[in-house]
Amino acid sequence: MNGAAGGRSALADHNNDGLSMSGQGKLLYRFASPQAFYPLAGALWPWFAAAAMVLGMAGLYIGFLVAPTDAQQGDAYRIIFIHVPAAWMSMFIYIIMAAWAGLGLVLNTRLSSMMASALAPTGAMFTFVALWTGALWGKPTWGAWWVWDARLTSELLLLFLYLGFMALHGAIDDPRRADKAAAVIALVGVVNVPIIYFSVQWWNTLHQGASVSMTAAPKMARIMLWGMLVMALSFWGYAIAATLVRVRSIILERERHSEWVARLRAA
Amino acid sequence: MLDFFVRLVRRDLLLAWRRRADVLTTLAFYVVVVTLFPLGIGAEPQLLHAVAAGVLWVCALLASLLSLHRMFAADHADGTLEQLLLSPQPPTLLVLGKVAAHWLTTGAPLLPVAAVLGLQFDLEQSALGVLCLSLALGTPSLSLLGAVGAALTLGTRGGGLLLGLLVLPLCAPVLIFGAGAVSGWGNPGAEANLLLMGAYLLAAAAFCPWAAATGLRIAVE
Repeated sequence: MNGAAGGRSALADHNNDGLSMSGQGKLLYRFASPQAFYPLAGALWPWFAAAAMVLGMAGLYIGFLVAPTDAQQGDAYRIIFIHVPAAWMSMFIYIIMAAWAGLGLVLNTRLSSMMASALAPTGAMFTFVALWTGALWGKPTWGAWWVWDARLTSELLLLFLYLGFMALHGAIDDPRRADKAAAVIALVGVVNVPIIYFSVQWWNTLHQGASVSMTAAPKMARIMLWGMLVMALSFWGYAIAATLVRVRSIILERERHSEWVARLRAA
Repeated sequence: MLDFFVRLVRRDLLLAWRRRADVLTTLAFYVVVVTLFPLGIGAEPQLLHAVAAGVLWVCALLASLLSLHRMFAADHADGTLEQLLLSPQPPTLLVLGKVAAHWLTTGAPLLPVAAVLGLQFDLEQSALGVLCLSLALGTPSLSLLGAVGAALTLGTRGGGLLLGLLVLPLCAPVLIFGAGAVSGWGNPGAEANLLLMGAYLLAAAAFCPWAAATGLRIAVE
């Protein structure tokens, strides 16, 4: 069963390479092969990691030293420079992960599924950071570490969805089967993301509404907004770098019996 | 097509009837777990009245989870599932048949039992009616969502525990609206909970058979 699946995907890759595509399409197809993507990811990740470092330092500098103390919340509010970008990333990474997983399910491309598995731990980490920093902020501001508010609860469910995705993937030995099964659960779980995002509008509970929106003027000082956006960019850089490093490990692990990995090991 | 569905449900019900103990175990589990709550949190009638809806609903969720792994496992083990998938009938219909049989053997029997247990928790008669109505609307959603988890965990290590991790987060809205309908009954706007449960059921009926059928195809691949 395993051999048959491997043979078919190898054939699919071969066909993709043979397709006569326009320049850009050809390039995309070329990097859909793990063998071609491995060195590209290796070349790219240090840049994203460096950008994450620089932007992270700048964001923390703005957040902790430049931005003024909030009139109502005092200095406790400064956690939002980590909390809000982490919460954004937790939702966004889930959507990206589900999109990669769905692509892998539909097109049977191995790299898409590997990207999905590489994104999951980073997304789970950001979900955990959003919940943890939220608790640290909630204690001085709301007077409680945790409230059973709609947004908090749905974010917690998001963490369980990430854990379920990883647990299901880990429970199936054949990696191709694991990819497909995990893809289905990732796609089913996507319904939770809009629920988290709109929860503060649908249920008027303790968690305040969105601080930043595309349509209205931000309800905070400009410098605070800048700090948050810079931190969000830094988290983006970190997420991309961490995913690329992880996907390189996954590629090596899955392709360990292939010729090019053997050559790499010999070199 | 309808014939296929009816035959499938009849076969599963016959199998359940031959192994009556399985169905009765689920009901016994429900009663035992509900009984543990007054022992754990104390027997004051006011307290019990306040938590009744939540307790009856959470336990219904667990009881329906308990029997989920049986939905496809036996057919998978003896090869029947592969034959069913090879048949010209759509696999989504196969899933719907299995879901219907699962609901008839675990969700539906919970309704009268829940009503009796509700009496022990001092629920009023109108609230008991709402409890049964909310369970009747909610337990089919649980069976549908459970089918997705059961199909995806077929033949995996630690299937039962994993099933809980996969399915329970998705069942949270059913629990929220179900328990909300019962405990908020009489307040203005409480009917909205039942409407939302109906909407959730329709959405689950539209998408879950497709996802579960994909899961089954992956499992027998």
